[in-house]
This record gives sequence, C-alpha cells and structure tokens, in this order.
Amino acid sequence: MKSLGLATVGGILWGGYIDNSKASSPVLRPPGAVREYRFLAQCIKCGMCVEACPYHALVLAASGDRRPIGTPYFLPRERPCQMCRDIPCVPACPTGALDSSLVKERDESGTERFEINRARMGLAVIDRDTCIAYWGIQCDACYRACPLLDKAITLSYARNDRTGRHALLLPTVHSDACTGCGLCEHACVTKKASIFVLPREIATGESDVQYVKGWDTMDEQRVRDVPTEIVTKTKRSEKAPLDYLNEQDLKSGE
Amino acid sequence: MNNILVKNRYLLARRFSQGAVLALFFAGSAYGWIVLRGNLSASRLLDALPLADPFAVLQVLATGTIVGLETFVGAVIITLFFGLIAGRAFCGWVCPVNVVTDAARWLGSRFNIGQAEGTVRVSRNMRYWALGLSIVISTIAGVAAFEWVSPISMLYRGILFGMGTGWAVALAIFMFDLLVIRNGFCGHVCPVGGFYSLITRFSLLRVRYERERCSLCMKCLECCPEPQVLDRVGRESGFVSSGECTNCGRCVEVCNDHAMEFSNRYSVKGV
Repeated sequence: MKSLGLATVGGILWGGYIDNSKASSPVLRPPGAVREYRFLAQCIKCGMCVEACPYHALVLAASGDRRPIGTPYFLPRERPCQMCRDIPCVPACPTGALDSSLVKERDESGTERFEINRARMGLAVIDRDTCIAYWGIQCDACYRACPLLDKAITLSYARNDRTGRHALLLPTVHSDACTGCGLCEHACVTKKASIFVLPREIATGESDVQYVKGWDTMDEQRVRDVPTEIVTKTKRSEKAPLDYLNEQDLKSGE
Repeated sequence: MNNILVKNRYLLARRFSQGAVLALFFAGSAYGWIVLRGNLSASRLLDALPLADPFAVLQVLATGTIVGLETFVGAVIITLFFGLIAGRAFCGWVCPVNVVTDAARWLGSRFNIGQAEGTVRVSRNMRYWALGLSIVISTIAGVAAFEWVSPISMLYRGILFGMGTGWAVALAIFMFDLLVIRNGFCGHVCPVGGFYSLITRFSLLRVRYERERCSLCMKCLECCPEPQVLDRVGRESGFVSSGECTNCGRCVEVCNDHAMEFSNRYSVKGV
C-alpha cells in the first residue's frame, strides 16, 4: 500500500516534470531529423551523431541546458552546420530519429546519394529593424555566407525612401530553399544576429487549400485537383434550407 | 598485501570493468577510437556490432514509435547477453551509479553514518513500480520517461559530452544512499535494476552456495547489496536463483570457507 502511494506521488511528479521540460526553448536539430514530437520519442540520446560531426557543431543537451535532456542540437551563432556533403551525423544515428531518406535523392543514374541541400533544420528569419542592410548600409554578409547563394537568400534593390536619394540592397530568405544551416546567422555582423535560424514549426505558417495564387498555372492546377463538391456536415445540414423555411412558415402561420 | 588483492578480486575486477567501458566510450568520443562509440543508451562495438539499452528501447516502443532496426537488434543482443548468460551483471560491472552507491555504502558502514537499513522502510519492490510507471508515463507523455530523468545516462553523458548540472544527480543519490536508505537507489528505486532483475531470472552465471562448508559467519549477508537473494544461506546448498542478484561476486570473495563460488546454473553439483 505504501508502495502504491509512493508510486502515485512519484508518478505524478515525474510525469509533470517531463511534460514541463518537453516544452523547453526551441532547438535546431541535425539534418534529416524527423518531426520534433517524434524526434523526442525516437532519439535514444546516444550521442553518436554528436561524435560523428567533424566540426563539433552538434552538442548533446546536458542537464541545466534548458533543452530536452540528452538530445542533439546546434547553436548556429556559435557553430553552424557546415553542410557536409556525406552528412556523417545521419548514418551515425541507430534509431532512425535522423532519417536518411529525408536527405537523400536519386541522381541521373538512379543511385541514391546524400543531398545536404534537402535538409530542413530550420528557417532563417531576418529582423528588418536591426539588419543594417535595411538601414541603407551596404552589407551582404549573410548573402555571401549562404551555401545556397541566390537560392536561399537573394538580394534585391529597393529605393531608400528614408533618405530619398539612395538605394537599399536587401537580403530576403526563401523558405523553399533555406536548409537552416545557420551559416548566415554565424556571419551576421550585428551584435546580436539580425538573421537567425528558428525551427520550421515556429518560423512557418500554413495556408488554406482554397487560396490560389492568381496567374500561376501550377497553383491553379493544384486547385483543379481539389474536389469541387465539398460537403460540410453539421446538425443543420441534415435538412435542406427549404425545409427549415417551410418549418418556420408553418409555425408562424399558426 | 596479496591477501587484500585476493579478498577484493571481484571488486577490483568490477571497478576495472566499469572504468574500461567508460574509458573506451570516452576514447570513442574524444579521440575517435572505434572500439566503442555512443554511450550506454545505444552504441556500436568495433563499428560493426550494434548494442542498445533494452529498457530504453522498451520505453521508446511504449510511446508508439518504431525504433530503427539497428537499435532493435542492439537491444536484443544485450537482452540475450544478460538474460541468458551474465545475469544482472550490468548493475555491478558496467553502471557508473554503482560506484556512487558503493561509496555511500562503504562510507556509511565504515564510519557509522546515516540510517542502518530497515530504519526507513521502503520496499525493494519499489523498483518494479518505477518500472511500470516508466512504461505508463512513456505512453502518456510520448517520450521515454526514465531516459528523461535517468541518473545513469546523465552521469555517462556528463562525462562523455559535458556535465552541465548532472553532478547534482550523483550527489543526490550519494546523500540518499548515505543518509536515508542503504542501497537506496540501486536496490530499491532504479527501474533499470528492476528490468534486469526480471529478464535475468534464468541466466547461466550464478553464485552457488555450499551449506556443508559454511560456518555461518554471515559475512556474505553483511556485504550483499541485495541480501534478500541469499535466503538459502544457512539452510540449504544450491544456486542463488533470484534475478535481483547482481553477480557482483562480493559474497564469493569475502567468504573464508569457500562456501560461495561462481558457477553455472546447469553444472552438475561437485564438478
């Protein structure tokens, strides 16, 4: 009976602690990591990916790091992912928490090989208020550091409305190409990086299926594939609208 | 001097084994040796043979997640090794917490500090409750519950990858064992010990007790971290059959009558 009591008290405290510490500060996972909620379940905390990382970018969360304990992550401002072409951290994983199929692709001959550019570790986000390029200072540190030059970060000219007589050379991140390696964050010249990588779940939104990009044949095609007759079933849709009208008419006529 | 070595031969062998495993993991992590990579949760031996903690894998499976084949095979290998051959030897020969708990036990009995066992009574079956809770909480919370709090992994990861505040856990176990319950963590609470106790019930390597040689000095019971497994001492010859025996060999080396010997379960008596 005493054991049952202790087990109940201990179990509630234990479960509560785990539930709390799961919701810790956002972390960037190694390339090929499965979705975060699954990663937390599947990673066995062996650290073999950390040992495999030749640049010592990956660290294993120690207790007191305020990150899910024992799981691998990296801090791009300190050590960004260097985008190894053979991605040694991924085959090191014994559990499949780092899934090699997410970072592999078939080349022309049909053989599978690692393609680090498929990695989606996070998404770079720019703070336009502190980024000095948006002030009008010519800086392209992040653009030059990006391994997907002109794909993940592009530069565009814009008129400097503030001075009225200068140009702005503005970096923009493209989420379809950004891998989240953090080389831009590492290269950023401001005191605290004005371009920084966030986990994709935090940095991306999700659009509804019915919104269409106009004048975009591909996107119009996507909508064409969506079934046009969308049936919504609620309690009210059991009867046709006319039935409701008739019902009300009958009642008010009495 | 020689006598001291002989009288502590298993203790020395265990410390060597614990140190060697840790050193090999450390060399793998720090210098890239391929003998042992990873840690106690999952590892690779000589870059070929996968090994994994079966209890951790069980918790991962309880969350409804399928682990990779390599980890699964590794867990089966470890289960077979301890379950069929070595018994609960993980606790005494590999686990780093054993050093902490032994230190507290030695200090406590040497200088008569803290509670003698039995003053604060917690059932040794607590570990089976903890084992069950690990599975239940893993299922509900969706993460391997004991791996989230395990002082074993915390210590090991701490030494290999950076300690953080992990030393506090070792201190907590030390104080708990020294001042609250003797062998409190390893002998009462730890679900890993409970897990190995359950799967090693039929393992080969066993301590054998000979009643005819025994002079009933009870040294074995004094030193045993799981004295309930020596229930046959003073009564009848035979194997220590409980899976809770850690095969630490302490009873064998302290016995002056050669009444305790390592043997295998299926050897014919007297051979």
